[in-house]
Amino acid sequence: MRNLVLSLGLICFSTLANAFEIEDRAVFGPDGSDQVLRIISTADISFFEPMIQSYLADNDVVRVDYTVASSSEVMRAVLNEQQPFDLAISSAMDLQTKLANDGMALPHASDLTQGLPNWAVWNEMVFAFTQEPAAFVISNAAFADLPVPENRQELINTLRQNPEIFEGRVGTYDIRSSGSGYLFATQDARASDTYWRLTEVMGTLDPQLYCCTSSMIDDVVSGDLAIVYNVLASYAEQREDSDAFTIILPSDFSIVMLRTMLIPTTSENPELAAEFLDFVLAQTFPDGNSPLLRSEVLDTASEESLHRIALGPGLLVYLDQFKSRNFIAEWESSILQE
Amino acid sequence: MTAPNTKRSIRQRLLVMLLFSSALTGILLYFVMQSVFQQIAQETQDNILAASAISILDSARVSRGEISVDLPYSALSMLDRVTDERAFYSIRLDDEFLSGYDNLPRSIDFADADMTFQSAAYLGQDIRIAATRRSFSIDNKQAFLEVSVAQTLTGVNLALARISRISLSVGLGFFALSAVMALLIARSTIRPLQSLTESVSRRGPSDLRPVAAPVPSEMAPLVVSLNNLMARLKKSLARSEDFIAEAAHRVRTPLAIVRTQAEITLRRVEKEENRRAVREMIRAIDESSRTAGQLLDHAMVTFRTDNLSSEVIKLHELISETVERSQPISDLKEIPVRILHLDPIEITGDRILFQSAFHNVLDNAIKYSSSGKVVDVSLEIADGGFEIIVSDSGPGFSETDRGTLLERFERGENADTVVGSGLGLTIADEVVRAHGGTITLSNNSGGGACVTLSFPSD
Repeated sequence: MRNLVLSLGLICFSTLANAFEIEDRAVFGPDGSDQVLRIISTADISFFEPMIQSYLADNDVVRVDYTVASSSEVMRAVLNEQQPFDLAISSAMDLQTKLANDGMALPHASDLTQGLPNWAVWNEMVFAFTQEPAAFVISNAAFADLPVPENRQELINTLRQNPEIFEGRVGTYDIRSSGSGYLFATQDARASDTYWRLTEVMGTLDPQLYCCTSSMIDDVVSGDLAIVYNVLASYAEQREDSDAFTIILPSDFSIVMLRTMLIPTTSENPELAAEFLDFVLAQTFPDGNSPLLRSEVLDTASEESLHRIALGPGLLVYLDQFKSRNFIAEWESSILQE
Repeated sequence: MTAPNTKRSIRQRLLVMLLFSSALTGILLYFVMQSVFQQIAQETQDNILAASAISILDSARVSRGEISVDLPYSALSMLDRVTDERAFYSIRLDDEFLSGYDNLPRSIDFADADMTFQSAAYLGQDIRIAATRRSFSIDNKQAFLEVSVAQTLTGVNLALARISRISLSVGLGFFALSAVMALLIARSTIRPLQSLTESVSRRGPSDLRPVAAPVPSEMAPLVVSLNNLMARLKKSLARSEDFIAEAAHRVRTPLAIVRTQAEITLRRVEKEENRRAVREMIRAIDESSRTAGQLLDHAMVTFRTDNLSSEVIKLHELISETVERSQPISDLKEIPVRILHLDPIEITGDRILFQSAFHNVLDNAIKYSSSGKVVDVSLEIADGGFEIIVSDSGPGFSETDRGTLLERFERGENADTVVGSGLGLTIADEVVRAHGGTITLSNNSGGGACVTLSFPSD
């Protein structure tokens, strides 16, 4: 089925006049087809490939050109460089919202989009197709003699009472370098004051700061970390070494990040993009649990505790330079405690 | 009768005017509602934008000589609470851009107002912008911090579409309602006129009484004129009747003298051709005097029907008396008058008129029968009333005559040889109608005319 996969290096592509940095690229479907769908995405090829393959199974004349880039590079490619991508897929909800808000997304309405739940669509431009809750991941070894914290307050208590266990073994996102980490932190802070108390407590324990979920979980598995806070539960669930740790969706509230798609105004084939977009939505809804990311924790979580990040101009607030400067300053003073 | 010269009906004219005015009001209502609600929708949006801008301005602080704005989450999230809206903002310190969308159109002129609003196109969509500012003291210098917040018009446009629909249906509803009202008003306005027309046209031909039924004051002059016209007509009719009666009366007496003289002369004249001439003369005199008599009769009938006296009449007695009184003439012509049937019937009416009517009918029957034939009279109870039937064995009525015979001075086609004025049946008809009855002319199956006077019972 997979006719051609191209995994080309970063250097090769940056010489091809693309100023934005790409991480990976793959092309699916027949050579020389004039129906080319160009996707730019933050998701790894392996993550998104099943969706593309099942689409191509029904549409064998279509060629899909899939480019992987970081969320800020996706933003840059579409907004600043006006690259002719047909679909932009990103987990950075704030940047996707900003793209749409700045008039860089085409509106799309179909029977399918009419039926979407309110949280999954904004302005007929931004469409959510995964739900990825933020969770604690605890090392089973480290918590062998400790009660499992079910919510933030219990986590604070556990950390406070056992500094000898957790000193240097607490991990979380470095919100200065991770867009997802920043998004989770700002939504966390907006939802409850316990976030700042938790950050203060973590700050006393010499926390380790990470760029990504995968390295945090690696360190939990290796035993370097006892607990990591605000990691993508769905990602952790996919790990094969998952018996070394336990994923806990906090019972007070779980921030849920939505992975979203939009059709950039620079698209050269918006009809095809809309067709593909509808195809992806049809796989995901009405239950809202993407086949790409079957999540048990999401299925079992109570609807009330799920705190989906709302698409909309509210997200632009944390992109404001004053706001992010203030927020990061406050976060630094809590977590670094210099 | 000539058809009146008409120029569109009052009802139509009224209806057109009312419909026109309600259509005008409906349209006006549509536009007024539209503009009022539009204003409200715009004000609602402006208020939200103002609240957002103020909340941003309120979050501004000066610390260590630098201004810092802690954008509240709600400042932008409140803008798409109801409908998904794109939102933009910009923060400036005097002319220095601090944050947000650098190229968002700025307020042209604050003048003295704290808050200004403007509509603009931005990034391919229409937006509404609210701008506010406040002065801050930074390093002992005053500077204005200016906050603009803008929003797309999705919600407002949705509201406007709904408002437009509502206004349209209110306008149309109003028009439909007023159209029905207009129809009713037009109909009720015209009703007094119609009822006057009906009451006038329902009248008998000789009913010239003034209109007494109450009419709307606007119609009073018309009714007064109508009444005056009828009074004048009545007066002039009466005068001509009087004139005819007077003339007939004046003619009758000399005619009687002339007749007497003619008869005396007839006795003296011996030459057969002279005798024939005198007899012709007597016949002509008879005809004239009979006409004069009937004219008098008619004048009397006309007068009496206008002032109908009502007394109880024993009809059967009246009929037998009249038959008896015509005995000399019928004997002379050798035409026996038989009373076939005589139900005792009493009615209220004018005795003299009844007598005159019956006499005229009977007289006609005798006159048009040839000698040896019989005239039959009967008075009998019939369906819902009674009938007086006089039937003879004369030539009968021809088909063409029947309709016209009741008119004055109309005589039958076959009456040339018989002395007559053409007033007999007219008199009978007027009397019968004055008493609410009808007169029917028909022919017997065995030949001969049959006149039926039918009356409803009182």
